[in-house]
This record gives sequence, structure tokens and C-alpha cells, in this order.
Amino acid sequence: MGTQTIFFREALNQAMVEEMERDPAVFLMGEEVGQYNGAYKVSLNMLDRFGPRRVVDTPISENGFTGIAIGAAMTGLRPIVEFMSFNFALVAFDQIVSNAAKTLYMSGGQFPIPMVLRGPGGPAAQVAAQHSNVVDSLFAYFPGLKVVSPSTAYDAKGLLKSAIRDNNPVVFIENEMLYGLKEELPEEEYTVPIGEAEVKVQGSDVTVIAYSRMAHMIQGALEEFAKENISVELVDPRTIRPLDVDTIAASVAKTHRVVILEEGHRFCGVGAQIADDIYSRCFDDLDAPIVRVTHTDNPLPYAKNIEAASLPSPAQVIQAAKQVLYRL
Amino acid sequence: MTPTSSGPKNQQERAKPAVHPAPKLLSVKNLIRREKDVLDMLGRDKLVEMFHRMMLIRAFEQRCEQAYQQRKIGGFLHLYIGQEAVAVGMLAAVREDDYVSTSYRDHGIALAMGIPPEPLMAELFGKSTGISRGKGGSMHFYSKEKNLLGGHGIVGGQIPVGTGAAFTARYQETDRVSMVFFGEGAMQQGVFHESANIAALWQLPCIYVVENNQYAMGTSFERTSAVSDLTLRAQGYNMGGYPVDGMNLLECFHVMHDVVEERRKHPGPALIEAKTYRYRGHSISDPANYRVKEEVEGYQKVDPIEQVRRLLAELKWLSEDDSKDLEKQARKEAVDAMQYAEESPDPDLSERDLHVYAD
Repeated sequence: MGTQTIFFREALNQAMVEEMERDPAVFLMGEEVGQYNGAYKVSLNMLDRFGPRRVVDTPISENGFTGIAIGAAMTGLRPIVEFMSFNFALVAFDQIVSNAAKTLYMSGGQFPIPMVLRGPGGPAAQVAAQHSNVVDSLFAYFPGLKVVSPSTAYDAKGLLKSAIRDNNPVVFIENEMLYGLKEELPEEEYTVPIGEAEVKVQGSDVTVIAYSRMAHMIQGALEEFAKENISVELVDPRTIRPLDVDTIAASVAKTHRVVILEEGHRFCGVGAQIADDIYSRCFDDLDAPIVRVTHTDNPLPYAKNIEAASLPSPAQVIQAAKQVLYRL
Repeated sequence: MTPTSSGPKNQQERAKPAVHPAPKLLSVKNLIRREKDVLDMLGRDKLVEMFHRMMLIRAFEQRCEQAYQQRKIGGFLHLYIGQEAVAVGMLAAVREDDYVSTSYRDHGIALAMGIPPEPLMAELFGKSTGISRGKGGSMHFYSKEKNLLGGHGIVGGQIPVGTGAAFTARYQETDRVSMVFFGEGAMQQGVFHESANIAALWQLPCIYVVENNQYAMGTSFERTSAVSDLTLRAQGYNMGGYPVDGMNLLECFHVMHDVVEERRKHPGPALIEAKTYRYRGHSISDPANYRVKEEVEGYQKVDPIEQVRRLLAELKWLSEDDSKDLEKQARKEAVDAMQYAEESPDPDLSERDLHVYAD
């Protein structure tokens, strides 16, 4: 029962390596995944270990190589497609929606698409509007896709293994700002099931729902909440679609107050869906309307100060918590 | 002055023939060496079978038109009439374990692969016995058994998918090839460029067949393509480019045969341009005002089915009478398929929620 202290990016690496050793049909393709060892070093040493047949460097052709991966998935292989960032996945949106999401259904069940589409999504540090998209709700919108977004290295490894073993197309959205975090993980093999949320922090005053980098942000801001006498229960959905409403509902039944935090935009964001699910399920459990904290309604600018002013901060979440607690 | 219809400004403008190699009518007298070799290779029985299959496709498509007008088929319907030699000739040259992907104009391809007409017509009627359980429709024929990877609605969407099947063949070290059919309109999609470049870079056994039927919906070839010889584009991807008279069944067969034989030994892509013609509009709702009657009639003079009928008679492999009987048989099969579809049940409503996700 040993442990290892590794970077988030290494956890992802281990997941892919373990699954590729377990199943010869699994392979990785994407820009710079091989010789460059990964734009963010997530696929470090994988080319050396598995060779160019299974770790495939692609030209810059997202629509093309995503479609190729879909064709491979239809004919017996299990591709992991790495997008250097999910902003570039939008170039492949037609293949992902028209083919990955719908082929199983349109073919009357003949062709499942067992593939993983992974990479970092969301804002990084001053990378400006085109490189900062939060694409989560765009993909979560289409039935046929699963969407997963882990906030810890433990979850990342376990969920990526599950995603690779899943017979559906799984959009696996990581976050560049989390790649460099160190965490203690078991040495032994484990998986984390898709579709299960986790209460990351137990609390009693308010349920804060957040995932990916935002969940991490809250984990790091617990002292600030404590200073304000707010006992936060942090629920991390971990999987956006299918959403684990049961776990969320149990928390709402406990605290009666909800703040939903996301790094994406407000309109049609993932938080809008979560709010709808809570209002439908837990209306009588709520003692206050849900407050959402989101990216403001503008493309993300380059300048550091306005970028910061466009994105959620712990202070904003504390304000939101006070609002639902009627302490403002 | 009230505007005239949206058709050609004056008939003279469209009277010039579309770009097509000088049509040749197959005859024992004018067979080139390769075509004679093909006849030896195929033999009488196989050629008669291919002839029958072409007629089945035509009869099937004609039944579809009728069924659509009777509202038995809904949605979009894109007919393959006139292009039969391409599907039948080329698919006769590959194996059942080779992969095939195509566009929404997929009825002819599916039948040429040997998929029976019953589940196809049932699919068009939206019945549970359809090849895609009634959930795909005309544009989405899929067959796991026969390796038909669709049936795609988005123009060009099948191109990288078929390329991916070739990737699998290379990955698994089999000698299977992947045939990807698309139109000259689809070839202008960027994803063709991406796929072709990757196929050549990674030497994937992917045979791209551009069925140049001269019209991308209502837009003539010269208005969509900067080059009139699409095989030239093969050079841009460092792959072989092979022009084919798509109205000539033998040529369709032998070019595909030769290309595939080579690619099984030395994996790599190829681009085949089959110049062909569709007698009907883009889809059932298209009256094809952008073409003149003379042009359609010109192509009907080199009709692929008639050419083979004449050749078979000349070779004394099939008399005119036997040929007529075979045609009747093909027609009957198409009608029987309609009957089958008619009598098949609608899908159960539980199908709505089935196969959204795999287990």
C-alpha cells in the first residue's frame, strides 16, 4: 500500500501508460505528443516506451485527425486524441458532433465510438481570447458524448483510466494551470467511475459546486472562508455529463444554500444546467436562490488586470456565499 | 422587365458539354488490351452478376422515387441513377473485409457491396428492420457486417473517417484497404486536404474515389474547382492519381483492381477520379434547372448499363432476351424490397432512447 508524490501531469501520463499496456488497441495521437514529449509534457517518454505506431505525431489538422480517430474507433481501435488545447478542438467540432456523438445511434447500435478526446481547456495565464475558451457546455450539450473534468491528480488518473475503458466518446477536459501541482497518489492501480461527484470538503453552511481549476481554487481558499465564519461544503461534480445530481441534491438537502462556481461564461454555461437540476429536484430544500459565479460576459483580454477582473476569484465566491446566507 | 426563372440565362450558355473524356461505347471491336484482360479475369458469370447488380441499383432507385412521391419515404433522398458503373465496377474489385465509406448518396454503394435491398428499403421506410434500425434513414446506411462505415450527411464528413479505417489496417498490419467515396463538391472541403496529406504521410491504404458527376448540387464543376483534372491534386499529396471513365464498367473495375492490388502489397493512398453523371437532380426536391436536357440525353447515350448489355450480347455471353429477363428480375427484387419494407413494423418507441450511449 505504497504512495507516490507526483505531478498532476504525471498522473495523466500514468493513466495512459497503464491503459496502453493493458490493451494493445489503445493508442495516442495528437500534435507534439511523440518526439516533443507533449506540449505540456503529459506524454513524456511515451514514444520511447511504445514506439511510433502507438504514439502518433500528427500534422496540424484537428478536423482530419479527429475524424481519423473516429474511423479507427469504428474499426477496432481505442484512440486517445490529444488536443493541444480545447480551443483547437473547435476546428474538429463537426467530426465530434456529427460522427463521434451520433454514429452509434444513427447506425442502429452497430458502431460504438470508444475514444477519448483530451487536453487542457479554459483560461491559462494571459493567453488571450482565442486560447481561453471554456468549451465544457458546448460538448456537454450533445447526447452521445460524455464530458469529464477532474480537479485533482487522483481524480485525473482514475477518471482517465475509466474514460479510456469507456466505450463512448469521452471529452476529457484538463486544466493547464493544474498540471504542475503535486499530490500524493496510491502506487496501486485504481479507477474512478465516470458519473460520480465527490464531496471534497464537508461543511454545513453553503454548498459550493465547482469543478476543475475552480474546485482547486476553493480548496485553496478554505481559510478565507473560515475567517468569514462560513463552513463550505465543496461538491466537485468531476463528470459534467452524465451529471451526478444525487450527490449534489444530498448536499443541498444538508446546507439549503448553493453557490455554483465555474470558469466559463454565464449564459448556457454548465452552472445553468446544474442550477436547473437543483431547482427541479431540490426547490423545497433551498432557503435562498442559487447564486452563480462565472466568467464575465466578454472575450478574455490579454492585459493582466482585466483578465483577472473577468475571471472568478475566492473573494467573489465569498460574496456569493454571504449573499445566499443573507449576511450581506 | 420581369425576371425569368433562376435557370441558365440562355440555353446556349449551358449547351456546351460538361468536362468529360470522349465517351466510348464499349464494344468487342474497341476493347483495349486491359479491358480484354478484365473480361478474361471476370468471366461471363461475374460480368453478368455485375450487370444484374447495376440494374438492381437502377430499379431500386426508381422505386425510391416512386415511394417518396407516395410519402413512404421522407426527408432527403439522393439518387445514384447514372453512376452505377462506379459503385459496381469498383466494389467488385475489393474484398468483403475491406472498408467502405461514402456520402449521403449511398444506396448504390450499399447495394454494390452486396447488401440486400430489403433492409435498405426498410431503412428508407423508417422501419425497425432497416439496416440502421430505422434510425439513420437514406443518408445513414451502416453495416458492421459488410464494413460500411456510413452513409454521411455532412459533405466530406466521411473522408477522415474512411482514412481512419485505413489507419486501423496499417496499425493492425492487415492487408485490408479502405475505399472512401465522395463527390467533386466534397473534395473542396478542407478536411479532404487534411486527410489526404495524412494518408500520404503515414502511407495509409486509403483509396479516395472522387465521383465527379459534374454538379455539386446546382453548381457545375467548373464553378467549384480551380482545376478541371482532379487527379492533378494527387501530385500535391505525393500520391498516385488515376482518371477513370465512370460510365465504363470495365475501366472502373480494372483501375480499382490494379490500384488495390498494389496497395495491399505496398500500403499507401491513391486518388481515383471517376467522371460520371447523375441523371436526376441532387436530391428528390431538385428539378435540376441548372442543366439542359441535351446534356442529360448526351450521357444517357453512354449509359453504363446499356453499354454492358450491348457488350454482353456481342460477346454472346447474354442474349437480348436473357438480358431483358435479368432486368425484369432486378425490377422484381426492387418491388419485393418495397413490399418487405411496407410489411415491416415501425420501430418500437423505446428505440428513441436506445444506443445514445454504449454500455
